[in-house]
Amino acid sequence: MYKVRRWVVRHARLFEWVYRSFEPLLVKLHPLWRRIGYERAEAPVKAIEKGVKGLLFDCQMCGQCALSTTGMSCPMNCPKNLRNGPCGGVRADGHCEVKPEMRCVWVEAWEGSRRMKYGDRIQVVQQPVDFRLKDSSSWLRVVRKLADQPRECADSGAVK
Amino acid sequence: MKFDDEPVPGYSLPILPGHVSPGRLERVLRAGKFAITSEIDPPDSADPAEVLKRAAIFDGYVDAINATDGSGAHCHMSSVGVCSLLTRVGYATILQISCRDRNRIAMQGEILGAAAMGACNLLCLTGDGVQAGDHPQAKPVFDLDSMSLLEIARGMRDECRFQSGRKIDMPPRIFLGAAENPFVPPLEWRPHRLAKKVAAGAQFIQTQYCFDIPRLRDFMLKVGDLGLLEGPDRVFILPGIGPLASARSARWIRENVPGVHIPDAVVKRLEGAKDQKEEGKRLCMDLLNEIREIPGVSGAHIMAYRQEHTVAEIIETTGILEGRVPWYPGRDNPSELNPESPEAQPEALEPVQG
Repeated sequence: MYKVRRWVVRHARLFEWVYRSFEPLLVKLHPLWRRIGYERAEAPVKAIEKGVKGLLFDCQMCGQCALSTTGMSCPMNCPKNLRNGPCGGVRADGHCEVKPEMRCVWVEAWEGSRRMKYGDRIQVVQQPVDFRLKDSSSWLRVVRKLADQPRECADSGAVK
Repeated sequence: MKFDDEPVPGYSLPILPGHVSPGRLERVLRAGKFAITSEIDPPDSADPAEVLKRAAIFDGYVDAINATDGSGAHCHMSSVGVCSLLTRVGYATILQISCRDRNRIAMQGEILGAAAMGACNLLCLTGDGVQAGDHPQAKPVFDLDSMSLLEIARGMRDECRFQSGRKIDMPPRIFLGAAENPFVPPLEWRPHRLAKKVAAGAQFIQTQYCFDIPRLRDFMLKVGDLGLLEGPDRVFILPGIGPLASARSARWIRENVPGVHIPDAVVKRLEGAKDQKEEGKRLCMDLLNEIREIPGVSGAHIMAYRQEHTVAEIIETTGILEGRVPWYPGRDNPSELNPESPEAQPEALEPVQG
């Protein structure tokens, strides 16, 4: 929902904190995921992720969440699916070139990032989307990766 | 043996140390000269002569010609087609490639093809949305964004690899460019976004139309503070300018062309003029004169859509090239003239008396 996702960006710092607390919790559950089997856990976790992130961020389930680097504004809501910042068509009032009724996702992202503790991660170049991962759980993928590389986990901050 | 009707070849210059491309644009910029680029409005036609005719207008005035890629999401001759025709007679071209219409497989193939045809410069763009053009029912692709495209193109050139990691035998020797719009929100982020593009591989930047000098000055100052204008990995910035046809057209552009910021003062100046078209040209010259004085600016990109003939006058009057005559086919050797250049038209074509 548009209103909810704008509210989330206004409270980007809170959500950053929530995510940074939530992630280690998920990682701690690694033995559980392994016992269930990541493949079997995929469907229920994906459903929960889709429900929660769909409500809060209008998540499109790209499967490679970048919210912590985009000021808590989901880049997949940009009609051009830009992952690295705004295009040159942003209107003077900060609205989208393609959807004039919508605030530019990246204008929102910049404002959100300014509120976040690690907001400067918005300056890092993001990799292009891997379309094979669409409609898969970003949470499980990240948890699995972090559980396998515990050292990287400590360095990487709130990767989701 | 040399045939008399041998076609004029496109030239490739040796790549100098510290350069990445065999092109003239990189040479001019790295030599510290004020570079001028302009763009061709690609024809809605399969006629090669039309492309050469449109390029001949710029003979002796520009260092490279942009071939737009479905600009404004309208269908025209492809940028690779235009570049290929132009490089055949030796013009320096800037291949524009937009993420709107192709996925990464097509774009990487196109980069190789264009480089093989002699294009030495690549401008990586996101592209206008399809809603802006004549095919709003088309599928917007946007598989990559301009940043990823830059990174992939750099990988192709410097690491000889496709994004997949597969090896490229002979890499494309291309000078990499990107666009920036310092005049629209989020203004505060724009210099940082430029830094991001430079980190992704951008070596030159062409900006959206500039009608607001204070905003450009502010932007350039911040870009300088970020250290992007020094060192071997510096970026060359060419602000975009162009003549406005009238106050009415300025207002129309402001409201209908995404991303063009025209301050009220500019519209008023045009409104107050007797000859608005002439005033639009004057305004463009004034902007050019102001832009050249801004520290860190390396050149200008003149976009004179449907007023291409004014480019020569704008450059002559401002004296921006300081006597320099950029290369064009036939500059040094009249036998190499662009066959569609007015100078190359054979006299036999004139009506015969009697």
